[in-house]
Amino acid sequence: MQYQATVTIEQKAGMLDPEGTTAKRALGHLGYAVESVKTAKLYEIVLEAESAEVAEQKVDEMCQKLIANPIVHNYTIKLKELS
Amino acid sequence: MKIAIIQFGGTNCDMDVLHVLKDVVGVDAETVWYKEESLTGFDGVVVPGGFSYGDYLRAGAIAARTPIMDSVKKIAAEGKPVLGICNGFQILTEARLLEGALTTNEYPKFRCHWTNLRVETANTPFTSKFRKGEVIRMPIAHMEGKFYAEEPNLAELDENEQVVFRYVDEKGRATDKANPNGSLENIAGIVNASKNVFGLMPHPERASESILGSDDGRRVFESMADYITENF
Repeated sequence: MQYQATVTIEQKAGMLDPEGTTAKRALGHLGYAVESVKTAKLYEIVLEAESAEVAEQKVDEMCQKLIANPIVHNYTIKLKELS
Repeated sequence: MKIAIIQFGGTNCDMDVLHVLKDVVGVDAETVWYKEESLTGFDGVVVPGGFSYGDYLRAGAIAARTPIMDSVKKIAAEGKPVLGICNGFQILTEARLLEGALTTNEYPKFRCHWTNLRVETANTPFTSKFRKGEVIRMPIAHMEGKFYAEEPNLAELDENEQVVFRYVDEKGRATDKANPNGSLENIAGIVNASKNVFGLMPHPERASESILGSDDGRRVFESMADYITENF
């Protein structure tokens, strides 16, 4: 089976997000009063696996080993079966 | 004695380190391309600064996962000294040879200027030629230099005397103003628990000859060379 995993990497709570803060300020200049802006990184990974469980487990491993830095990041994985 | 200077795609401080080791300190050193897998015959390693792999994913993330880093880990496990400068520090944290992470500067700008540093311990293979409490000068040049570590790891760094340099003002006070990047507790450089792996954001190789404005950095390399002579 082929799966597409959408991995979202976010800064952990309490970490600074200067890009988000700057975007919030710029939105203010444009007249939008927003509560907060948070930026994140998104990876789309397409892989072959026997099942959704195996695919998710593999992608989780990839996040732990490379895609995220567990000291400063949280991540979420959304899996979709490709036809 | 021979010291390896690791080169990755995007490393750009390798030749400066080579010059300081060979021409200023007077020890044997050689650059080693990251595709070499073995570091047999080397007694120490420098991971120099630059922008390895364009800082893709995170600064140092890709370089930290190349096979040569397994050899660097082996050298570290043998107790031989490993020094990471700037991007090299980022690589050593990404490789989990050092605690914590280097994140985007609090004010997210590339900062390139001189800093004052306070020597927090002379009891490491890299600082034996300094006095504890001494204020020295070295330049920084980075955008991802904000040192971050989670508790209880941050407290442990203090307790185990693993903090080597702190950003301070001219009088040696670790103020917010003297902190160029928002590093926790003004931390500029740390060692691992066994003290033979050292990472710092300032560039000692750019402050190793008085004509450059400071030769304080030279003592980092001299201390490292002394340690190798005495132990290996």
